[in-house]
Amino acid sequence: MVAVKETVEQVKELDVDQYKYGFSTDLEVDKAPKGLSEDIVRFISAKKGEPEWMLEWRLDAYRRWLTMTEPNWARVHYPKIDFNDSYYYAAPKKNAAPKTLDEVDPAILDAYKKLGIPLREQEILAGVQTSKVAVDAVFDSVSVVTTFKEELKKAGVIFCSISEAIKEHPELVRKYLGSVVPVTDNYYATLNCAVFTDGSFVYIPEGVRCPMELSTYFRINEKNTGQFERTLIIAEKGSYVSYLEGCTAPQRDENQLHAAVVELVTMDDAEIKYSTVQNWYPGDADGKGGIYNFVTKRGDCRGANSKISWTQVETGSAITWKYPSCILRGDNSRGEFYSIAVSNGMQQVDSGTKMIHLGKNTTSRIISKGISAGRSQNTYRGQVSAHRKATNARNFTNCDSLLIGEQCGAHTVPYLESKNASAVFEHEATTSKISEEQMFYCRQRGLSAEEATALIVNGFVKDVLQQLPMEFAVEAQKLISISLEGSVG
Amino acid sequence: MLEIRNLHVAIEDGSKKILNGLDLTIHNGEVAAIMGPNGSGKSTLSYVIAGKPDYEILDGEILLDGENLLEMEPDARAAAGVFLAFQYPLEIPGVATMTFLKAAMNAQSRARGEGELKTPDFMRRVKLGAEKLGIPQDMLRRGLNVGFSGGEKKRMEILQMALLEPSIAILDETDSGLDIDALKIVSEGVNALRSADRSFLVITHYQRLLNYIVPDTVHVMSNGRIVKTGGKELALELEANGYADYVSNVAA
Repeated sequence: MVAVKETVEQVKELDVDQYKYGFSTDLEVDKAPKGLSEDIVRFISAKKGEPEWMLEWRLDAYRRWLTMTEPNWARVHYPKIDFNDSYYYAAPKKNAAPKTLDEVDPAILDAYKKLGIPLREQEILAGVQTSKVAVDAVFDSVSVVTTFKEELKKAGVIFCSISEAIKEHPELVRKYLGSVVPVTDNYYATLNCAVFTDGSFVYIPEGVRCPMELSTYFRINEKNTGQFERTLIIAEKGSYVSYLEGCTAPQRDENQLHAAVVELVTMDDAEIKYSTVQNWYPGDADGKGGIYNFVTKRGDCRGANSKISWTQVETGSAITWKYPSCILRGDNSRGEFYSIAVSNGMQQVDSGTKMIHLGKNTTSRIISKGISAGRSQNTYRGQVSAHRKATNARNFTNCDSLLIGEQCGAHTVPYLESKNASAVFEHEATTSKISEEQMFYCRQRGLSAEEATALIVNGFVKDVLQQLPMEFAVEAQKLISISLEGSVG
Repeated sequence: MLEIRNLHVAIEDGSKKILNGLDLTIHNGEVAAIMGPNGSGKSTLSYVIAGKPDYEILDGEILLDGENLLEMEPDARAAAGVFLAFQYPLEIPGVATMTFLKAAMNAQSRARGEGELKTPDFMRRVKLGAEKLGIPQDMLRRGLNVGFSGGEKKRMEILQMALLEPSIAILDETDSGLDIDALKIVSEGVNALRSADRSFLVITHYQRLLNYIVPDTVHVMSNGRIVKTGGKELALELEANGYADYVSNVAA
């Protein structure tokens, strides 16, 4: 099996440290003073050269945030975060706004190269990668480069950093920003509204099928820096786009905060497929360091017959608090959530989805695969609700948990709520362990303990991996195996 | 050649001793049958040879062509030529049988320092082997052993044995749960693999299987030891008289 072989080779390549993205890049940076205040919000907005309305929007969010309290219902534990002990803006100093790749600091290009993310269009065109993928690369607080912009422009697709969109397409941003995740939605989302620094913006015009995969790679490099990215994707009537985000961070002893907001909007007959491979630094084996990943992702199926599909592979972060959701507003709209959440070491995951059925004949499907190893805790938390008018709402949920070892935990917390008698919700859940018998069987056939675990886990997550674009499925498969390195034996 | 000398084995937590000084030699090309009542330690013997971790080896040695198996991990024993056809083959959901077969074959050839199989060669070998055992192609695409009937699982074990080409194949009650047709197919599969450089250890309760897989030697096991060794006629004698003589021998 090719993937297994690759996995094994990849694992062999790793020396002491299994997190291969833990390097940091030395760069001169432009940083905001430490801490959080109205002045910092103004500082960020000024750095971005934003219009007045954007600053006001941020300040309003900041003031509301001050009145809010941190949510504590998730099954995760961490010391109280001192929001004044962090930097809210960090940008590589050289060429703050590069126009072409040649202007980007070679050290940054080198960092992305190490991450295996192709930014040079020529390389991609020369066949380094099999299919074309346009990339927006976000380094700490700024987008450093977006590839294939010209080609996308020909199709009428806008793909740029959110900072650029605020300046170049204010009418679209004003119309949609905060329309899916309201400013006061939750503590972290509100904080994001105040201090978000960059992210991606995608606009697919009516009837256009985006000619290539779009992807954004987020990289936290600076110490003590929070990353607050903001992504907004709008798919007009009858359009389609597939979007992928990837995330990594260097290995640091302190915890770093990542609080992103992603908003998706689909109009009639439109479809957005959103895939995430999240591999933020998870902390060391004793739980020191790692990213706090507090993310709000929501899609609004605003039009009839529209569809939003979330696929996530979550292997990183010390704490994950994330519930990519769908508001099924349009009649016959469809929401999907496919998730693989892997936790090892001391990682804590509380993740799931919300499917809010508002329109008639709306359908949703949830497939969640949680894998816990080490001393980690892995919770699936999902809400499915049918509004009074959501006649014939349908949901199917399948939640499977796999335990590796004796010290980890898996938890499933489904909330089902129906106000319409015609709604049909189905929920299936299983919890299993990789049994010693299965392991012995595989090893009797010649597989090593690592190979056997990789094979069994790959089988367990197969249904979800199939949902990912091909190249990413292979990457994700490797990532899962690496994340579980050291969990057996 | 497989040589087992003075083997004493207990369950890992030390609660119960199962093998009590077992001696057994199987020469290359030999088909040896082990028969014995329930609880005599037959399955334990097969697991200990293959390296299942739940046992504590108190004394003795197991040599395969002079190499000490007891010092090797289960996967290393497999690569060295040990194959165990399980009494209850395990299910691996989501892993296509084909994928599993390839992973196993490649892992073993890598361990032996040989190159991996080319995909077309692999496909050809699997297809040919599956046909001989009456395994339909669609079964190879399904999750390993998931939803397979008892007979299908046993046939799959024999297919794996054929593909992995072991030097010692242990069949742990392969006949249990098989109807007469399946028994014939499985036995033919085994017989086709008999060769001068491959030996078999056939564990069974019943003489019936030995009508189809005719052994060179028959060993009676009781209370964790071989208590009687003879030719294939010994199986018939056991069928007629039962194990009572041997069990009481030990008790006395």
